[in-house]
Amino acid sequence: MSLWKVFTRGIIEENPYFVLALSLCPGLAVTTSVVNGLTMGLTVWFVITSNNVVVSIIRKTINKKVRVPVYITCIATIVTCVQLFLMAYAPDLYKALGVYLDLVVVFAIILARAESIASKNGVVVSFLDGMGMGMGFTIAMFVISVVRELFGNGTLFGVSMFGASYQPALIMALPPGAFMLIGFMMAGLKMWNKSREMKKMKGSEA
Amino acid sequence: MGAYFTLFIGAVLINNFVLTKFLGLCIFFGVSKNLNASIGMGFAVTSVITLSTILAWLLYNFILVPFGLTFLRTITFVVLIASFVQLLEIVIKKMSPTLYNMWGIYLMLIATNCIVLSVPVLSVTNNYNFIQNIVFAVGSGLGFALALILMASAREKLDYADVPEALKGTPIAFIVAGMLSLAFLGFSGML
Repeated sequence: MSLWKVFTRGIIEENPYFVLALSLCPGLAVTTSVVNGLTMGLTVWFVITSNNVVVSIIRKTINKKVRVPVYITCIATIVTCVQLFLMAYAPDLYKALGVYLDLVVVFAIILARAESIASKNGVVVSFLDGMGMGMGFTIAMFVISVVRELFGNGTLFGVSMFGASYQPALIMALPPGAFMLIGFMMAGLKMWNKSREMKKMKGSEA
Repeated sequence: MGAYFTLFIGAVLINNFVLTKFLGLCIFFGVSKNLNASIGMGFAVTSVITLSTILAWLLYNFILVPFGLTFLRTITFVVLIASFVQLLEIVIKKMSPTLYNMWGIYLMLIATNCIVLSVPVLSVTNNYNFIQNIVFAVGSGLGFALALILMASAREKLDYADVPEALKGTPIAFIVAGMLSLAFLGFSGML
């Protein structure tokens, strides 16, 4: 597989959020505003990339039997660094993300990439895979939070978009709206992927 | 006493971990295809949460706080829970093979799960005392089990329903979860 492909597959075809359906919690919990969603996305992006690099560097020295605890300790260390950084430079964001920032440690997607990619490949491939997956995740968080903030609150990045006469659809900001929105988004992406495949098949026949 | 009851009801219904805090969704969507598996899983999660929250509380208040190491919270909790679950698996395997056959597969899934990590973290950030801590943990676990069992019952019916092609599988499960969550929202005015 070409390196470009390694990078791009995480963005749509294997989007960690909508297609692989891993680490679903954050996309629902912190996406009530774009700033929160984006911060979470960038955090995961950073953690997944650096963890992939670290794991691929030390992959030959880890005993196979204890590899999972080693990965988790790596991830937890990186997450703690991010936590301390946010606490120092963006205390409001740190408060808004709250317990979900701790939970980055147990996001299945990060562990899954460490196990399936970084423990078998070199640094370059692991780095690009982390970048791609992180980007796909960040895009997913961004899209969900844009829809939720726009309709649930009538704002984008805290700036009012529709004027004072707009009645916010409160359900989008509440948990039920989040579940339903993501359900429909997943269905939409599934349809789109399918129609693209159909087109590709037709193209190869002709 | 009343305060503990409020905390318990709050953890089970009002702040239901799955449906209003979105924690433990991977298990929630993964296991809820089958009712029997959901009951087993709900049970396993409740006991693991309770025991690991007690351990984490002791560790936090008697080791991390006195030595000023609270910034190591995340690392220590994760390692504690993972090793505790591993230990539990070994013990159950030796003590009761029947129980192991019923639960064994779930235990590993639980080891690195958001809900099991988040209950201890929330408990120490809210400065609960020891009893509150236990009540909160049991309530959260039961709330998770309740949501999981409700969801599994709904999904078993869903198998016979005529769902549009694109919505099959995870998407429709999300929409059903949304409706369940809407129902749980009704509890929010209770206390």
